[in-house]
Amino acid sequence: MKRTVLPAMVCLFILFSFVTPQQTGTKAAAIERGKKVYLATCLACHQADAGGVQNMNPPLIKTKWVLGDKKALAKIVLKGLKGGEINIDGDTFSNPMPAQEGSLTNQQIADVLTYVRSSFGNSATMVTLADVAATRTRLNQPAAKTAAAPVKKAAPQKKP
Amino acid sequence: MIPMIRSVVFFGCFTWTALTACAGDTTHVAHDKPSQANADVPITLPTGFTSITVTSNLGQARHLVVAANGDLFVKLNRLKGGKGIYRLHDSNGDGRADVITGFGNYGGTGITIKNGYLYASSNSEVFRYKIDEKTGTVDTASKQRIVTGLIDKGEHNSKSIVLDNNGNIYVNIGAPSNDCQPEGKDREKGVPGQDPCPLLPIAGGIWQFKADKENQSYADAVHYATGLRNVVGLDWNTEVNALYVMQHGRDQLFQNYPNLFDQKAGAENPAEELFRINKGADCGWPYCYYDNDKKEKLLNPEYGGDRSKTGPCESKVHSLVQFPGHLAPNGLLFYTGSQFPEKYRNGAFIAFHGSWNRAPEPQAGYFVVFVPFKNGLPSGKWEVFADGFVGGSLAAGDRAKYRPCGLAQGPDGSLYVSDDNNGTIWKISYTVK
Repeated sequence: MKRTVLPAMVCLFILFSFVTPQQTGTKAAAIERGKKVYLATCLACHQADAGGVQNMNPPLIKTKWVLGDKKALAKIVLKGLKGGEINIDGDTFSNPMPAQEGSLTNQQIADVLTYVRSSFGNSATMVTLADVAATRTRLNQPAAKTAAAPVKKAAPQKKP
Repeated sequence: MIPMIRSVVFFGCFTWTALTACAGDTTHVAHDKPSQANADVPITLPTGFTSITVTSNLGQARHLVVAANGDLFVKLNRLKGGKGIYRLHDSNGDGRADVITGFGNYGGTGITIKNGYLYASSNSEVFRYKIDEKTGTVDTASKQRIVTGLIDKGEHNSKSIVLDNNGNIYVNIGAPSNDCQPEGKDREKGVPGQDPCPLLPIAGGIWQFKADKENQSYADAVHYATGLRNVVGLDWNTEVNALYVMQHGRDQLFQNYPNLFDQKAGAENPAEELFRINKGADCGWPYCYYDNDKKEKLLNPEYGGDRSKTGPCESKVHSLVQFPGHLAPNGLLFYTGSQFPEKYRNGAFIAFHGSWNRAPEPQAGYFVVFVPFKNGLPSGKWEVFADGFVGGSLAAGDRAKYRPCGLAQGPDGSLYVSDDNNGTIWKISYTVK
């Protein structure tokens, strides 16, 4: 009896770790993946130290935008911002934030936000795949769609 | 006794900020001794030149101008102590400002003096005041609004100004865009540019207004030049009687077109360009950019460019000098003094604010460059004139301590440089005879 249970559990575990999307995984793994996304997509404007650029691109260090509500943060990455919408202690930033919904998957967004919220002196909880997926779904519901600017058909979304 | 003196000096320094915060337009505040606030900040210069620090901690000091009596007027991007223009007066002749006065309740970039008037710009308007250049006294009650209603969408909203000798003022109106992608899609990867670009009728060029007429806007102006993405540094060359401008080239070639530009090419391209502007000039933005590797004016990838197609670009106005990418030229000044050696006469000084879009490559710029000129045309290669504003190393990820922005020439032929990171002003003189 015991003989069969143990291998079965091992098998189940192995199976589970394959089936369970790599997306969950540990925070450390998410940070590792998120760093790659940061270097490829975010660094150009927010800079290597996440300190941003004076008057142009906001810093990502210890601001309420980064450390606060996760779904609001995911929305910024998915839909972008017009220039001037961020105000940090009286400083505003003129460059727009390009929407990433067409170029980053939910998993990549969850990973990069987890990375940013855990780096550069920041310390905040993980952003999960579910957080981003729920935000994307909510924002792309017909009601939200009509309110938002028409979205040009970009690269098809990889479904999680 | 000594601790008491120290505390008085300390209190004096401390109250400068507090006093200017509630000062009226005429309140003068003395900086007795060169305190910590204006200790000399070293920069590197060619042999024979020296610099002193006129003042520090002035805030976001953009452009500046010197009156005939030597008083400096500095335009701040963001109000400091509620004021957007500061007058720096040196009462003991040591070159350092010891009386600092503020006025003007608007932030902005442009400031200049012509024919008894001080002109200054916000991000959407231009004002002028009567000034007595013999004493540096500005009649703040004489304020007139010369230009109004210019587009300000945040991005590229500096309104730089210069006057000619025929009663006209030239105003740059930067395009609130990287390369004229549709509104809401600016800087987004894979999104083409709009053709025709709907921003060009109201931005992305130079507009000419009458220097003495109030409340002018687009309808009253001459649309003097177009196809200029964003100009911050501009000057009127009195030797050949023409306008010259420095264009900030577009961003994100590597990020948005990695198939055409690798990381290094994206840092070096496009060129930052010096143009001579005649009335009616079209310099090609957003359709064209100057490729520093191909040495050619080419079609932008947002318009189908592939680094070899020229599209309409051959027929656009070509620049006189090209610089490496993203260095951000914020100040341009043709030197007309006689203090500096002969080679500097009628040549161009350019203040580079320094880059951000060269990352992940190390950033660059943060210096003042000199280009020799003869009869309105460059007569030699550009060279770095003043450097060391970074205040340390500039390895990948490092930040510059000072960012050169404005240039001005004093009545004695000295050159002034402003920094809008800390608000430091340098006076550069040639001291070898």
